[in-house]
Amino acid sequence: MKAAVIVFPGLNRDRDMIAALTKIGGAKPAIVWHQDTAIPDVDLIVIPGGFSYGDYLRCGAIAARSPIMDIVRQRAEAGVRVLGVCNGFQILIEAGLLPGALMRNTSLKFVCREVKLEVVNADTAFTRGYRHGQIIRCPVAHHDGNYFADAETLDRIEGEGQVAFRYAQGTNPNGSINDIAGVLNAGKNVVGLMPHPENLIEAAHGGDDGRALFAAALQQVA
Amino acid sequence: MTLRNDVAITPELVANHGLKPDEYQKILDLIGREPTYTELGIFSAMWNEHCSYKSSKKWLRTLPTSGPRVIQGPGENAGVVDIGDGQAVVFKMESHNHPSYIEPYQGAATGVGGILRDVFTMGARPVAAMNALRFGSPDHEKTRHLVAGVVAGVGGYGNSFGVPTVGGEVEFDARYNGNILVNAFAAGLADTDKIFYSKAEGVGLPVVYLGAKTGRDGVGGATMASAEFGDDIEEKRPTVQVGDPFTEKRLLEACLELMATGAVIAIQDMGAAGLTCSAVEMGAKGDLGIELDLDKVPVREERMTAYEMMLSESQERMLMVLHPEKEPQARAVFEKWELDFATVGKTTDDLRFRVLWQGDEVANLPIKELGDEAPEYDRPWTEPKPPAPVTDVPKMDVADALLKLIGGHQCASRRWVYEQYDTLIQGNTIQRPGGDAGVVRVEGHASKGLAFSSDVNPRYCEANPLEGGKQAVAECWRNLTATGAEPLAATDNLNFGNPERPEIMGQFVKAIEGIGEACRALDFPIVSGNVSLYNETNGRGILPTPTIGGVGLLPDWQKSTRIGFTAPDEPILLIGGPATWGSHMGQSVYLRDLFERREGDAPHVDLVAERKTGDFVRRLIRSGIVTACHDLSDGGLAIALAEMAIAGGIGATIAELEGQDPIATFFGEDQGRYLITLNLDPQGNEIAALWAEAESLGIFAPWIGSTGGHDLVLGSARPVSVKELTNAHERWFPDYMKGDGSLN
Repeated sequence: MKAAVIVFPGLNRDRDMIAALTKIGGAKPAIVWHQDTAIPDVDLIVIPGGFSYGDYLRCGAIAARSPIMDIVRQRAEAGVRVLGVCNGFQILIEAGLLPGALMRNTSLKFVCREVKLEVVNADTAFTRGYRHGQIIRCPVAHHDGNYFADAETLDRIEGEGQVAFRYAQGTNPNGSINDIAGVLNAGKNVVGLMPHPENLIEAAHGGDDGRALFAAALQQVA
Repeated sequence: MTLRNDVAITPELVANHGLKPDEYQKILDLIGREPTYTELGIFSAMWNEHCSYKSSKKWLRTLPTSGPRVIQGPGENAGVVDIGDGQAVVFKMESHNHPSYIEPYQGAATGVGGILRDVFTMGARPVAAMNALRFGSPDHEKTRHLVAGVVAGVGGYGNSFGVPTVGGEVEFDARYNGNILVNAFAAGLADTDKIFYSKAEGVGLPVVYLGAKTGRDGVGGATMASAEFGDDIEEKRPTVQVGDPFTEKRLLEACLELMATGAVIAIQDMGAAGLTCSAVEMGAKGDLGIELDLDKVPVREERMTAYEMMLSESQERMLMVLHPEKEPQARAVFEKWELDFATVGKTTDDLRFRVLWQGDEVANLPIKELGDEAPEYDRPWTEPKPPAPVTDVPKMDVADALLKLIGGHQCASRRWVYEQYDTLIQGNTIQRPGGDAGVVRVEGHASKGLAFSSDVNPRYCEANPLEGGKQAVAECWRNLTATGAEPLAATDNLNFGNPERPEIMGQFVKAIEGIGEACRALDFPIVSGNVSLYNETNGRGILPTPTIGGVGLLPDWQKSTRIGFTAPDEPILLIGGPATWGSHMGQSVYLRDLFERREGDAPHVDLVAERKTGDFVRRLIRSGIVTACHDLSDGGLAIALAEMAIAGGIGATIAELEGQDPIATFFGEDQGRYLITLNLDPQGNEIAALWAEAESLGIFAPWIGSTGGHDLVLGSARPVSVKELTNAHERWFPDYMKGDGSLN
């Protein structure tokens, strides 16, 4: 199973993500610089977290319009799995690969803490390592993670199993509607989430609840 | 020689540059003519307090700065300490006090940016940050605004740059009403054979400008930071720089990539006094002259004068001397990261600092003398008066006092602050803020970790600068030890008032003496630092605040201890106390925060006992029998126990010491003490062996109680539930920032 990590200037959890993919997948992912004109033939494309272009416009808006994202879009349409975490989630939304919008946290402050996540849909390539309804631990670290979608979109994604994760047990850190922490596209091969599973994969992190997500995403397609 | 000069030099102009008449005379004697306006600016930048350390140099020389592990002491961008396996930790702490009061978000943000740059300039990737913040009284009208702005600024820069903030301090005291303190610490990791320095080598080599463009922001910032505040403070806002963490992140990656190509001969970041300081430093250290052509400097504003370019403190800029044959590779790296890259000058063999602008020479100064001949003062100082002892300690119900203090501004949880900082990024954080020290593992090594702590008790320093100086070092050393780490070295950030007042200078002199004494006794050298003087508003100085940032090494992070109780029914030992457990009430938070009394002497630090006790505790931790460890500081035994209970969610019952005043027992702030819990049977042989060893070493180590239950019971005091303690502890900060709740 091969993976590639797309790096935009200003991303800063790329090293965390590369470490997680390497430790769990057993091989270092390909690193794709935003100015590269091709993405190697991989089964998983990951856009990690950080502050692409400083978040100086809307978070993720500039990176989403980068030429490399056209290639990501083509691959996603061809069924390649795409995972976006934090700023990566924002970029996927801005690129139109995922529904909804991410707004400033209701506290108006950056928040870094551990939250609880409910696995809402365990029947996807990313979440099948969890049980439906399972509650897992996961850290968040963001300023703009307040998920929003209009009523029609919300009905659709809730109805179609496109909500992957929900903040659980009153731990919603940002005011997200319906406590939504992670969403899927209609084809379920693109997922984005605000929390950082890559920061909870080993004893040094104080737990490994994030591991199953990468283990599943890196599995060969049966 | 004839130099272009567009502005007449008047005595007022000289005075406005912060230069005293005798200092200006020194300039005239040195260059044998009247300086140009640009030269006057250069002198004011090089000779102000912030850059020249003219009041402090004499005393800084007395500090111990070397040791078997020290690779680089003070004098470079940051200190460098060997951590074995070919790796080094590179660190420094620096103040950004004046700008943060004027414009809290940008002041704090650029403070963080500056210290990160100091670290990666030396070739190290930053792996940890801390911030020691001191604000005015909670009920002062500006405090909330300053707290909100500074915390957001620290987070805004550090989070975007991508360094975990793993520790720090936040304190409130009315003495900081007009001058807050923002002391930023950063540490990075580098290979010992790939450290980069600022000393230029070789004649005729290109001097290259890298990073962001130069604007007018921060012109005169270093001079501003060397003066007291008056009522005209709002007018100083334009001297504050604006931070751009996105550029800094790219600058980090570009610099590390560039260093890997072998192109870099010397590198210096542009911090205070920007282009002036960096160019002079590189040349003077290498016994070389420097010629700068300002028309080649990338600028973002039109019609900038030579004076403005030389004094701009625009952020995220670097100056390098490069191997000319590798310039194309170097340029390619910077183009990849979309950063400016311009050859702006060259090294020369004439030992002159020459500045060209619009084809004219606007400065031509002797480069060595600019730094070496800066004024140095042996300022008069007076011995601080010994404080009167505390004669009467008012009584209070122990449980009530505990609840008030744990939920008061001094001891309340700082969660509201540190949750705005990314504490986890890089995936190596072992201990987040909230404990004794932050701990990160050393990436790429199987077991090694680094511990970080920042400490000072300004109340103690005010009452007794000598003991306060000792205490700051000892507490930092103690906090590192409490995680099981071996303290390696420290950085000092010395914040004081106006050194031209003999009583302030006396505080400075005695605090340094105390710091030096403690550093020598604990083998804890000072490898970098910063001095911030003139922290005064309308003649009223801050509390003397020599912040100590320390680094410790853990051979195995899995054996590091935390402060929270981990299991019920474990014995709790107090290590290193007096026979009465606690006794010293002078300058305690009990007196200050419950009775508004700032009285008595600071607790004294017995450095021999400190070292012996710390070494003993560290040995116990490394042997694997210690399940939790916490040092005793503000609020003494009661607050330390409460913090352990809150962090672990487990209560404890502590014995009553008969015939002893429970206030002194539980709230005394005697030094050199730790609390530990053990996974041993309190009646068993192993603990008996521990006590035998402690006795043979002369260390007091009584079994004072046991963990368990839902309450904290201090002797005969009313039990207080851990839940109630937690609520009080967690509530103060968010309530305060919302603007409700009591402000005790």
